[in-house]
Amino acid sequence: MSARGGTQHDELRELQERLLLFKISLLMVVGLLAMRLWYLQINEGAYYRDLSENNRTRAVVLEPVRGLIYDRQGVLLANNVPSFGLYVSLEDVKDRKTLIQSLVTLVGLDETTVRKKLSERGSKLLPRKVKDGLTLREAALIESHRLDLPGVTVRAESQRNYPNGAAAAHLLGYVGEVSSEQLDKPESAELHLGSIIGQYGVEKTYDRFLRGRAGQKTVEVDALGHEKRTVEIDKPQAGDDLYLTIDARLQTLAEQLLGEEFGAIVAIETGTGDVLAMASRPVFDPNVLSRELTPKQWEKIVQDEGHPLTNRATQGQYPPGSTFKIVVAAAGLETGSVNTATKVRCTGGFPFGGRVYHDWKAFGHGVMDVVDAIVDSCDVFFYTIGQRMGIDTMAAFAERFGLGRETGIELPSERAGIVPSTAWKTRARNEPWMPGETVSAAIGQGYTTVTPMQMVMLMATVANNGGSFRPRIVRAIKERATGQVLELPSVPRPRLALKQETYDLLHESLAGVVTRGTAGRARSTLVQIAGKTGTAQTAALKDDRKKEHEIPKKLRDHAWFVSYAPADEPRIAVAVLVENMGHGGSWAAPLAKQVIEAYVKLQPAEPVTADAAPFDTPPVAVAMRSAHD
Amino acid sequence: MIDRMLETRSLALDRFDWRFLGLIAAILSLGVLSIYSVTYAQPGGGTPMYAKQLAWIAIGCAAFVAALAVDYHKISRLSYVLYALLLVLLVVVLVAGKTSRGAQRWIPIGPFVFQPSEFAKLILVLTLATYYAKSPRQGWTQRVVLPGLIMMPGLLLILKQPDLGSGLSYFSIYVSMLLVVGMRSKAMGTLLLFAVMLFPFAWEMVWGSLHDYQRERIMTFVDPAHDTGGKGYHGLQSRIAIGSGELLGKGLYGGTQSQLKFLPEGHTDFVFAVFAEEWGFLGVLVLLGLFAGLIWLSLEIALKAKDMLGALLAAGLIAMLAFCLVINIGMTAGLFPIVGIPLPLMSYGGSSIVATMAALGLLLNIKRRRLTLFY
Repeated sequence: MSARGGTQHDELRELQERLLLFKISLLMVVGLLAMRLWYLQINEGAYYRDLSENNRTRAVVLEPVRGLIYDRQGVLLANNVPSFGLYVSLEDVKDRKTLIQSLVTLVGLDETTVRKKLSERGSKLLPRKVKDGLTLREAALIESHRLDLPGVTVRAESQRNYPNGAAAAHLLGYVGEVSSEQLDKPESAELHLGSIIGQYGVEKTYDRFLRGRAGQKTVEVDALGHEKRTVEIDKPQAGDDLYLTIDARLQTLAEQLLGEEFGAIVAIETGTGDVLAMASRPVFDPNVLSRELTPKQWEKIVQDEGHPLTNRATQGQYPPGSTFKIVVAAAGLETGSVNTATKVRCTGGFPFGGRVYHDWKAFGHGVMDVVDAIVDSCDVFFYTIGQRMGIDTMAAFAERFGLGRETGIELPSERAGIVPSTAWKTRARNEPWMPGETVSAAIGQGYTTVTPMQMVMLMATVANNGGSFRPRIVRAIKERATGQVLELPSVPRPRLALKQETYDLLHESLAGVVTRGTAGRARSTLVQIAGKTGTAQTAALKDDRKKEHEIPKKLRDHAWFVSYAPADEPRIAVAVLVENMGHGGSWAAPLAKQVIEAYVKLQPAEPVTADAAPFDTPPVAVAMRSAHD
Repeated sequence: MIDRMLETRSLALDRFDWRFLGLIAAILSLGVLSIYSVTYAQPGGGTPMYAKQLAWIAIGCAAFVAALAVDYHKISRLSYVLYALLLVLLVVVLVAGKTSRGAQRWIPIGPFVFQPSEFAKLILVLTLATYYAKSPRQGWTQRVVLPGLIMMPGLLLILKQPDLGSGLSYFSIYVSMLLVVGMRSKAMGTLLLFAVMLFPFAWEMVWGSLHDYQRERIMTFVDPAHDTGGKGYHGLQSRIAIGSGELLGKGLYGGTQSQLKFLPEGHTDFVFAVFAEEWGFLGVLVLLGLFAGLIWLSLEIALKAKDMLGALLAAGLIAMLAFCLVINIGMTAGLFPIVGIPLPLMSYGGSSIVATMAALGLLLNIKRRRLTLFY
């Protein structure tokens, strides 16, 4: 080792001796810090504990008041009522057992439910809801025992209410707490856990208008969790009000007409696309669904065989039956496969591919032209011309009439139905199209399915000689903040360009269906109705024809009647579907007639068109009064 | 000699290493637990804080192994290059950095942000240790002025961000190195060392005697990003959090101060307050014991280092860790003003975790290579 190395070594030893001081300093500094912490946590601990408990502020979310929903005349369909919610802040609860016992005896809560709610995972400091919908008496009882119930608070909240119960339930929908999946979506940025949002119907599709904006209140709370004073407040902003296109009177009538039967009635204004009534049965009570449901209650609704949550008007997909003959006739006339001179002899059966396709009239209708075939709903005529055109021509026209795709109504989960074609069958079933299937398809049986909403739009299109409007359910939005009423315009759809002669012939035939055909029970003394009956088979093929009442109800056919009126200057289109009721002419047609008659009585005015409508007056209480005068 | 050489070449860890690693793991775990506790009830999507911290710890472990693997003499040779690179990065921060709460301290890299000032301290230790180990340390100029000139550009760039906390700890490394190297007289050294260690407490006496508006003026002068509105509030809430923990604490998730968000930055600079609130004085004693143990073992490494570079490097790293520890706990406990200094190994923050882990890796590096020094 060199001399230099030696000095280095000495230096190192010197340095390391100094480092020993570090050890002493370390112990001293740690000791000093420990002393300081002893002072804070032990000497002054009680003082700081007190500060932390008595001097607390909490942020309380102020839920916005949801917008109201009115019908086209200003009749209230959905509002909010005060409700009392029972909350418990676990941190402030001294003795959980006693508390549960008191709550059970005071307001009759279910012991196991309360225990479960209190043991759910979550912050001890945030109050959790144990029960909602307390009566005023129960709320007062809790408040008067407030000192014996530390940690318990009663909060006045706003509960969604549908004053008419189940009326228009499928259209209005219901509300509920936002789910965690919904919260993850980008459009839910303004929402928080516990936010109430629309879960179905207009409540869902127009939620961003109805829900408003939540506010926040910073409050000082005492050690028992009771609010002492408000430090800061950011007021919530109420949601906007909606004015629907439906008329509560027609809606009520449509629902009464269906009664206990399953099915749907949809009525729209042909000149605007306004939905006047949309009834679907069976129904649910949105008041029940908008409250907190137990899993059992929810299971009961979801597993109900009648599927009450399905809106049969927009989500029910049924074979169109003979109502499809309108499409087939139009296709034949447009492609030249049929003209007014075309005649077919109907003997009650159509032999094809080794079997006979029956007509609904066992011994046949005799010689039929196209008008007679629609009026009497002759199956053999349509078997013949359908076979002549082929499935793909019929499919093309069905699509032009709007079948096979959603109508675009602003309701959640609308279904599109099926328009079968050779391409469709290859795609959907990976099977070739069978020639016999064309024959069934020509009278609306087989794979074809449609919704009542699609059929009412189809009738409106025929009534308007091809013009139509997108179905509309909200006609105006009233901004809460400014009081401004924003009118939503009718949106025209692309015109269905058929020859005028085709429309004329359809008008003539559809009027004939009521005056001298299968829908005699739709004949009205008030107004001339045009329409088409239909019977949608539920079982694919029936071997023998039994009498209707001999077949079990579940297997009976669905009754259709699609219509518009007045026949010469149409203003309203109505589609009726009643499940398992047999023939459309007997069961569905009278219901449509009553809806149309009620409409004509309510609106005896001039025919309505899109640009001169009752829409230029804001739908407020004044409008409602004038309608009553 | 041959035996010793072979011994060090083997990768087997001895009892000392296990204690060292055990202390690091224990402190890291308590940090993750506190971050988990303070952020678990907070809504908001994305990866939770504690999971991100775990990811940072994984990267920190890689940094630890990297700093351990290469002989520190080789790392030392790179120190001036690293220092130059650091200055470039600090300039990049000022030009293109991400601004947050009035300060420009971060460089965004993909989904992460990188805070060069956290690494500045580590690189300064390396640079100064290299300097003092090689150069003759005679006279005022060589001992004080030259290293001061080396240190200065980094300091100015950090203060420009502005980052008072990092600037202070950066400067403290220079002072500590001076003390370790420069003091010939034992008495003087002892005195100065005590003065530095007692500085926080002395500061409290002077600072405590000032009026609020005087403090505000000073703080605003030193640190323009300083939040004039929330200052006293923040300190008070931190003291309430610690004090209300009392002997046994409020339990996990039970910290009302942090859970109700009275205490801002509960997962970063004020993680100690969260821990103290939830685990009480007993928990705090355990944590202080863990930190003291870690620094004690590090001092052992410095004391047994067999060359100047190793001893200087170790001493600098210890000073860096000890300073952050004392200042952070001191400020949360209301001993002196609040400057943004994270608690090593516990505060949430990727750059801090990775830099600290690299420093600890370097310490173990010095210990494990002390036996091969005479070759």
